[in-house]
Amino acid sequence: MKIIKSNAVFIIAIVSLLNFNACKPKNAGSAVSGDAAAKSYVAPGKYDEYYNFVSGGFSGQMSVYGLPSGRLLKVVPIFSVNPENGWGYSEETKPMLNTSHGFIPWDDQHHLDLSQTNGEIDGRWIFANANNTPRVARVDLSTFHTAEIIELPNSAGNHSSPFITENTEYVVAGTRFSVPPDDMNGDVPINTYKENFKGTISFISVDKTNGNMDIAFQLQCPAVNFDLSHAGKGVSSGWFFFSCYNTEQANTLLEVNASKRDKDFIMAINWKQAAELIKAGKGRKQAVKYASNRYDEKKHTATSTIKTEVTVIDVKDFPGLVYFIPCPKSPHGCDVNPTGEYIVGSGKLAALIPVFSFDKIQKAIAAKAFEGEYEGIPVIKYEAALYGEVKKPGLGPLHTEFDDKGNAYTTMFVSSEVVKWNVKDLKVLDRVPTYYSPGHLMVPGGDTKKPTGKYLVAYNKITKDRFLPTGPELAQSAQLFDISGDKMQLILDYPTIGEPHYAQGVLASVIRDKSVKFFKIENNSHPYVSKGEGGAKVVREGNKVHVYMTAIRSHLTPDNIEGIKLGDEVYFHVTNIEQDWDVPHGFAIKGAATGELLIMPGETTTLKWVPDRVGIVPFYCTDFCSALHQEMSGYARVSPALSNVPLSFSTGTNQPKADSIPVK
Amino acid sequence: MKKLLILSLIVAVIASCGGGNSDYADKNDNKAINTGVPPDAVAPAYDPNRGEGKFKNVEVGNTLNTAMATGGEKVYSVKCSGCHKLTDEKLVGPGWTGVSSRHKPEWIMNFITNTDEMITKDPKAQAQLEICLVRMPNQNLSDDDARNLYEFMRKNDGVK
Repeated sequence: MKIIKSNAVFIIAIVSLLNFNACKPKNAGSAVSGDAAAKSYVAPGKYDEYYNFVSGGFSGQMSVYGLPSGRLLKVVPIFSVNPENGWGYSEETKPMLNTSHGFIPWDDQHHLDLSQTNGEIDGRWIFANANNTPRVARVDLSTFHTAEIIELPNSAGNHSSPFITENTEYVVAGTRFSVPPDDMNGDVPINTYKENFKGTISFISVDKTNGNMDIAFQLQCPAVNFDLSHAGKGVSSGWFFFSCYNTEQANTLLEVNASKRDKDFIMAINWKQAAELIKAGKGRKQAVKYASNRYDEKKHTATSTIKTEVTVIDVKDFPGLVYFIPCPKSPHGCDVNPTGEYIVGSGKLAALIPVFSFDKIQKAIAAKAFEGEYEGIPVIKYEAALYGEVKKPGLGPLHTEFDDKGNAYTTMFVSSEVVKWNVKDLKVLDRVPTYYSPGHLMVPGGDTKKPTGKYLVAYNKITKDRFLPTGPELAQSAQLFDISGDKMQLILDYPTIGEPHYAQGVLASVIRDKSVKFFKIENNSHPYVSKGEGGAKVVREGNKVHVYMTAIRSHLTPDNIEGIKLGDEVYFHVTNIEQDWDVPHGFAIKGAATGELLIMPGETTTLKWVPDRVGIVPFYCTDFCSALHQEMSGYARVSPALSNVPLSFSTGTNQPKADSIPVK
Repeated sequence: MKKLLILSLIVAVIASCGGGNSDYADKNDNKAINTGVPPDAVAPAYDPNRGEGKFKNVEVGNTLNTAMATGGEKVYSVKCSGCHKLTDEKLVGPGWTGVSSRHKPEWIMNFITNTDEMITKDPKAQAQLEICLVRMPNQNLSDDDARNLYEFMRKNDGVK
């Protein structure tokens, strides 16, 4: 990085920063010191050091940034339709957004977790949750494409998700809203919450080879709100910890009624024991309905299957499976340090951070150091599980991550700062303001066994004056800190899409070299593929017209199609027969109410088009592909329903008749 | 630091593949386009008859290898036919009639497997680019694909 310091851009950046400081000494700029620009500067043509995956919040997608530059590299569509690349518009991707409620075009994406092997990020997949209509997705990091989405029955508001175990054996999904189970008549008075509602935690198994997800089992727990969670690791391997709020079991005005108790809970689950119970045939088969959607990379097509059964274990029937640990005031973050010994609960209404010891929890269980039961589940005495409290860290602790030097970093939502503290002696070491009100923060690897110690990003909920105003709606701000020294140093602000919640980061080298550049045309097994222009054709099946079309720089084959009639459904199956990196083609036809396409090299993608009037309809490539891109176009002729124009198609041969050319 | 160095090396290599941004390539471009210097007068490191790439010496039989030609025809139909006719008619790229006698087998096989570099360096490829205006895509052919395609070109040119 030293080479960069000689760069003129750097000097200019520093001068302007100094000027900015001089003019507004009390502004946020005063938090930025001299070498910030150099630390976040990545020269043109150079790669970033880290990938940063950021949840897209209410956009439903996931964004990918480079760090330390903060450059947006890609938005990966997951739970919402995406016009940029046809996600949810093409016939092949529509099934990915299918649910037991039918097609859902827009969801709310909160948390992400990178797959791990032995507690370290392995770069294979990243998991994402849909918070509204409960689902979990798996994104393949060789293609940056959503490979699978599974729906969760018995759940509502999948917030406590998609956190994974050390070897990605399971992805969990804890319901935010407790609700009556799906197989019960849910037509009950809302104020019968305590009698009729249940809180469900799903354990989704992940196939080691292909990543395929299935609901292995569900745990039926007392009705509370599950907020966040993390798996144990190292010494606490085999356990999972969930933060719970609304232990008051309120069903109205939660702002007041779910904030009455002095302490809510961290719920500890012995998931290895649960897996053994399932293996031993325990649990109840419950009739439910949920969608399992998988994308086949060779067929370039998704299939949605509705499944009808899950196995449910009622946790109170199996002593030793679940314990509650009191935790102050509506805990949000539930974070486990790299060794697995310490569990940090962040009570968002508390003025301290409790740190629990796994060792003490185990001793308390052995000694039955319980203060009582909650809905049949033992509640461990607070002091018996507590390692210690971080005193006066700030107001509104939300989420904690860790570095490689034994330190923890916690966001303080109410007092708008990041606080660094030592996990062993619980002393506060440093604090920096953020702009404004951070929710989550992220240290690359900061929730794994092997955290890094160079960067931290705070994802702020409020932006206000940080960027040029863009009307009432503002991009939310992320702030990058250098944490390599004793003091945290703010080095960059950058805008994000949607509302970033949880995020993940990893050294670029873990993912970069596995990136697929194009899909091999030889492996394309799409039922409507055209392998070369010789395979291009138009086939009528009743009122369905299938156009097998190829795209290559710079023409579409066929580009003249006649014989389409009003009342037909036309399917353009476009195969991009390029076999090189970064040569997508687009496809658009006038009046298509179904959108457009973007087709990667070697891929086949389908646009359904129902012509609504007689006439000549142009189509063209929407992605600039070569000097002759503007020529990459064609015409479809639409005739009346009873017309006898024969079906025909061609490229380069349908020339004007010699005697029809007007003579000057 | 070592990692950084490797990273920048990788970046440098990738960047150089982007085409047209190294001094060497630029100089060559000018020579080829502006002065029309005959192929053998270009920088000695570059052999315009062989082209640039992994194929140094391709052995070609006196008669056609039919199996290879059939394999080549399959590749042609998927990856080449969109732009090249088997006649002498230009479509997006030149027609293939006579191509196997216009170029050495090494040149053809290097061009179809190392396309970007050849378009940047080779005078004949550059001259074609001026006519066609579309850079030939690299269709990621295997070595066998390339050899089979050459045999198919020979078949197309009447070799029995």
